[in-house]
Amino acid sequence: MFAVLMITLLLTILLVGSNMDTILKQGVMFQVRAEIVENPSIAESFTDPEEFEAFIQQKIDERVKSLGLDTPWYSPQRVGLTMYKILILDFGNATFLTSDSGSSNIADILLEKIPRTILLFTTATIIISIIGIFLGAASSNKIGSKTDRFTSTFAIVSSSFPVWWIGMLMIFLFAFVYQIFPARATPSIGPEEPGYIFSLLYHMALPLITISLIGFGSWAYLVRNFMVGVLQEDFITAKKIMGIDKKKIVYKHALKNAAPPIVTILALSLSGSLGGAIITEAVFDWPGMGRLYFDAIGVMDLPVIIGSTYILTVLFLISIFVADLLYGYFDPRVRTKN
Amino acid sequence: MSTDLAVDIKREFLKSKIGISGVLILLTLIVISIFALISIPSAEFQDWNNPEKWISYPKTSVPAWVNIFMFEKIPEHKIIQSENITNEEDGIFISSQQFRFNYAFDDFPNDFMYNFELNYTGSPLLEMTVIRPDGIKLELLNMSLPHSSESTSFKQTIFSTDSLLRKNLDFQSNIYEYEARNLGSTELIFSEKTDRRVLTGDYVFIMNAYNLETKNMFLDSNLIIGGKAFGVMGTDELRRDLAVGLLYGTPLALFIGISVSIGSVVAGLIYGVYSGYKGKKTDEVMMRFNDVIYALPALPFLIILAVTISNSIFLMIGFLMIFSWVGIAKVSRSISLQIKTRQYVEAAKIMGQKDSKIIFKHIIPQMLPYVFASIAISVPAAITTEAGLSFLGLGDPSFPTWGQILHDANTYGAAAQGFWWWIMPPGLLIAITGLAFVFIGNTLDTIINPKLKR
Repeated sequence: MFAVLMITLLLTILLVGSNMDTILKQGVMFQVRAEIVENPSIAESFTDPEEFEAFIQQKIDERVKSLGLDTPWYSPQRVGLTMYKILILDFGNATFLTSDSGSSNIADILLEKIPRTILLFTTATIIISIIGIFLGAASSNKIGSKTDRFTSTFAIVSSSFPVWWIGMLMIFLFAFVYQIFPARATPSIGPEEPGYIFSLLYHMALPLITISLIGFGSWAYLVRNFMVGVLQEDFITAKKIMGIDKKKIVYKHALKNAAPPIVTILALSLSGSLGGAIITEAVFDWPGMGRLYFDAIGVMDLPVIIGSTYILTVLFLISIFVADLLYGYFDPRVRTKN
Repeated sequence: MSTDLAVDIKREFLKSKIGISGVLILLTLIVISIFALISIPSAEFQDWNNPEKWISYPKTSVPAWVNIFMFEKIPEHKIIQSENITNEEDGIFISSQQFRFNYAFDDFPNDFMYNFELNYTGSPLLEMTVIRPDGIKLELLNMSLPHSSESTSFKQTIFSTDSLLRKNLDFQSNIYEYEARNLGSTELIFSEKTDRRVLTGDYVFIMNAYNLETKNMFLDSNLIIGGKAFGVMGTDELRRDLAVGLLYGTPLALFIGISVSIGSVVAGLIYGVYSGYKGKKTDEVMMRFNDVIYALPALPFLIILAVTISNSIFLMIGFLMIFSWVGIAKVSRSISLQIKTRQYVEAAKIMGQKDSKIIFKHIIPQMLPYVFASIAISVPAAITTEAGLSFLGLGDPSFPTWGQILHDANTYGAAAQGFWWWIMPPGLLIAITGLAFVFIGNTLDTIINPKLKR
């Protein structure tokens, strides 16, 4: 687990490292020249332009050295240092982006964005799984019924539409044609004001509806397939013969037995949706991690990219871990005795 | 795979309506792709982002077929070509062009422009007139072209907003029975004599070039009547014909989807089968590596790769493969663990056959149905992921995909301005393409896993 985290981090740094150095060096050059322009007395003290240039170059070199940019970015100390810093959650400062409160500290920015992403996608996943599990169980109860056929068709059709495209359509329909919901999901008032929570929820409605609409079909289909498998097992037949109510069998006994894979996939889909958040949030302009990531890519704000990739990986790994734990909890057969 | 099994699967497949409709959709898409590849030379792919090519097209116009459902007909954008007629009268050479069209819409055209290129020597005179459906002939323009002592090609565009043209119309405005002074030239030309309504019928625009000394020739010219409806699919903010873009997108989407899925399924299959077959330490190491790739968040990494390395479409296909073979490898490993213990595999092993031969001859053929199903099932994911990346603006600009059309739609606020014809078709095409493969894959899947069928 930890090794995966390290590899992810290393890969990210390897991928963005060289660009980061070029940008930083240009920044230093710009800074030094700006300082000299601000101080006319320095320029006046030189008579020979070549000497002046040499002086500037020397200044730049000094600054580059003090920042540790003179060693190439792939040198072990520098990669090691960056990784160590990120491990202790010291992400440094963003180059361009700031948090809503104006801080450019990446930890601040991330702390502000993560809860919003989790709020949107966890709520969506909960809605999806509740609808999905009940619809799936209901259709496995009566295979070939109208519910079943509806579920299967809806699952197949909805899963082939990209969420973000449905998002665009929903914005088009419910924000412009029928002006029910706001087009941008960013709340219009600041977090200090009293109505903020309501504003946030109101702005959250459209993305939430879209994600749930696209998600629950395939969920129901998945649950149905697991349930069909379980319902064919011997103990269910035995219970049927014992004369237990069929509804009770489906919702109590079969659902319980189908739980382990369902819960695992639930945890995994939660983490998967966090990755997909990048596009969804970009469409709805929801001010979470995904939007941050998208904005950071747009302006090449590399510290932010590294920081948010790290956080996304951590969240992803945590949910895989939780999925493993839950599987063990629900399915005693896989528990190992130590 | 034994032939019996293949025949069985084929028969079962043909029984399924969903499977057949999947195949039919796929065939349609393939036909469209072939048509696109034949009708559009590959060099023109690049022209998608070249504004010069689209200059004569209208901006964000609705598809022309919308008029069928409209009570008030929206003026269609027309690009009219004409033949070049040359003759001689009393020592004067005349080249003339006639643009004839039927105007039957309920609104005035936005504007019109005349693009021409004339090959001449000397100083010819260009005369532009229009004959309206009610028989009235309006003199639009008389202009002399710059003198040239040797043969030259003169290129110019005459716009409906031309001030000379406006002045000429003012002189003839006595034909109108109402105050025509504050109307635009286009409205004047296309309006009724009695009141300010559109005069429908056949219009003829005539261009004559008179020259005293030598023959002159219109080379490349057209008349554009600017409207608000155009083509099968309409146009976008950058005047591009969306039908062309959507047509380009079809072979690209199929190419991306199929190559990514085949590549990743084959890679995952071989990886998984080898790992399962070898077992022990090799298996352990290979599966741990698999876990590492599995735990990488795919989309953020795809974005970083696209930004830092390259957004070329071929590399993108490679990047997509990196993240999509993992699941296949896991499943094929577990299947190969089962097949490995069968007696004929063990027999082959005892006979001393090479590992590679056992894997390719005895294990993989058993898994072919599963392989085909997973290829079909993993195509939609590849297409939507690529579309998603393109939608974020990370696509290959030299190959216009459906995702990029949607990206442009989003940047120009198509949803806010109600340009439904810009948003709907690309997404629907993505979904339909995905559906075709899902149909095929699911049908294969139910045939292979009879447990799901019931």
